[in-house]
Amino acid sequence: MSSLQQSYQTTATLDGYNFGFLDEQTKRMLRRAILKAVAIPGYQVPFGSREMPLPYGWGTGGMQVTAAVIGGNDILKVIDQGADDTTNAVSIRRFFVRMTGVATTEKTREATLIQTRHRVPETPLSEGQILVYQVPIPEPLRWLEPRETETRKMHALSEYGVMHVKLYEDIAQHGHISTAYDYPVLVNGRYLMRCSPIPKFDTPKLHMNGALQLFGAGREKRIYAVPPYTDVKPLDFEDHPFEIERWPEDCALCGAGDSFLDEVILDDRGGRMFVCSDTDYCGERRAAGHVGKMSAPYKEEAAE
Amino acid sequence: MYVAVKGGEAAIENAHKLLAEDRRGDQAVPELGVAQIREQLSLGVDRVMTEGSIYDPDLAALALKQARGDQVEAIFLLRAYRTTLPRFAVSLPIDTGSMQVSRRISSCFKDLPGGQLLGPTFDYTHRLLDFALMEGGAPDAAGGAGKLADSLPQVVDLLNAEGLIEQELPDAEDAPVADLTREPMMFPAGRDARLQTLARADEGYLLALGYSTQRGYAKSHPFVGEIRSGEVGVQVDVPELGFAVDIGDITITECQMVNQFKGSKSEPPKFTRGYGLAFGMSERKAMAMSLVDRSLRAEDLAEDITAPAQDEEFVLYHADNVEASGFVQHLKLPHHVDFQAELALVRLMRAEIAAQKADAAPKDGVYEEAAQ
Repeated sequence: MSSLQQSYQTTATLDGYNFGFLDEQTKRMLRRAILKAVAIPGYQVPFGSREMPLPYGWGTGGMQVTAAVIGGNDILKVIDQGADDTTNAVSIRRFFVRMTGVATTEKTREATLIQTRHRVPETPLSEGQILVYQVPIPEPLRWLEPRETETRKMHALSEYGVMHVKLYEDIAQHGHISTAYDYPVLVNGRYLMRCSPIPKFDTPKLHMNGALQLFGAGREKRIYAVPPYTDVKPLDFEDHPFEIERWPEDCALCGAGDSFLDEVILDDRGGRMFVCSDTDYCGERRAAGHVGKMSAPYKEEAAE
Repeated sequence: MYVAVKGGEAAIENAHKLLAEDRRGDQAVPELGVAQIREQLSLGVDRVMTEGSIYDPDLAALALKQARGDQVEAIFLLRAYRTTLPRFAVSLPIDTGSMQVSRRISSCFKDLPGGQLLGPTFDYTHRLLDFALMEGGAPDAAGGAGKLADSLPQVVDLLNAEGLIEQELPDAEDAPVADLTREPMMFPAGRDARLQTLARADEGYLLALGYSTQRGYAKSHPFVGEIRSGEVGVQVDVPELGFAVDIGDITITECQMVNQFKGSKSEPPKFTRGYGLAFGMSERKAMAMSLVDRSLRAEDLAEDITAPAQDEEFVLYHADNVEASGFVQHLKLPHHVDFQAELALVRLMRAEIAAQKADAAPKDGVYEEAAQ
């Protein structure tokens, strides 16, 4: 921890910009919205979303939430599709380094604050950590009812029958619930919530998680939250219980059989491999000596 | 091993350098100055200021230069800058009646008090490419009367004297005005929030929606009551002084659209209004805005809501081109995790269907290809 405190002393931000880009008034407005969201788990709190220097749809909501909660002694991790090295994750991480000067990490365990798009890290989170999701469409009922005035009413009345009907129709037509990502969940037994588009593989990780989970939708101007140790239940039926996806193979690099795998096409003759989408998890396993069927022996990769 | 979407800082930095090179173009051609853009591409600058929501011709010209002439990108640049500015005062409402007009026309009356003034307009030009401009040169000086009276009555106010048009009464001085840059849009939106959204809205979007109302989707029988462009002063109340001070002049274009209203159970037939306002000489924008403003008043006027241009949520939620451009283009970001989840599901469902067919079909192998 002593090294953390040192980094707090030395944070330097880009000239002419406030710490975390946003001005303090805006951060206060955001923190109020976040507090309300934490107090009413799963409820979408409207907030005065600001224009950010990145385009809408590229993480402006997550960035505003991160900017509102980040402190000089935080250690930030940013992932997109589970990976630290995807372009948008690199871009957002660099933005916060320029605007706050905080320390960054790729290690899930070391991070105090993680901003993510489309994944929940495989390594379980713990108390004291904050996971910030970038959310494109916060309204779980949006594909069933395009009008905000209607969906707000439906939430107020807990009128979620249409979602059950939709899932039932899936089963009747396809024999399955044909929602592979963005799976609807009921939070704390009250609000229907959209977990941002994470694959349903990740949905169970939201349940009773020790970390604070914050969701920011910039373009749609909504913030919502799942406080630590909150009940998060995927909608399902007794005879069609919620299931997560499985792969025919293990990770080709680290041999993990319990992680979300990306399919990588190797040639135009159907050759492919499956690798962990979570690059930190995969790297940690390889460092510990696990091997997959296509992996070379693990070498320490040069730090950035 | 694979490079598809994995790209580090080096790749991003190189992309930025390539962009800067392309922006400059052939270095044998002299570089554009911001002042040249401000002076010679002024209608482009006006649009960037209007939809960028900030009156600053120099910054708008800079944004256009940086965006390589892409208007929506320039608007985005200006908005992202605007959001960092402190807000130290709210101006008094501008008085367009006291505008120094450079253009003023009405289609409702042949002549009107104060007169009509065409001003610098593309109207009545023949759209023939002027090859002389390939070389450049000084334009001929304009003759004519020049300025009109200092204060011109609004045409709608002339109708008002007879009670033929709906009255528009100002809100109470101390009533709050909606500000979408500080508060999220909520529905039903008041007219203040609607007008602010429309003023910031994409010009092409408003043009198409306004056009749709002329073609029968929510017809409102519009007439141009008045279009005026020119300079108005902006005043700010300074509490320490106890009076308002002029902080500068801005060029704006205002459109008052006059529309038929058949009347309802409680109201006799009369004309109604649609209002458009834009920075600079943005006449097309102001006109389209006034059409859409009027069509969005359907509910207030107890008209049937049958067309997209009357649908408040539809119109207002999709009007902002910074939001729309960002979200449409975010599809470029990697989505392979979600796609993988879909892929697994589609494969599973196809395998199940193939298995069912294989059970049902005669065993001649015809259906087996689907089982992969």
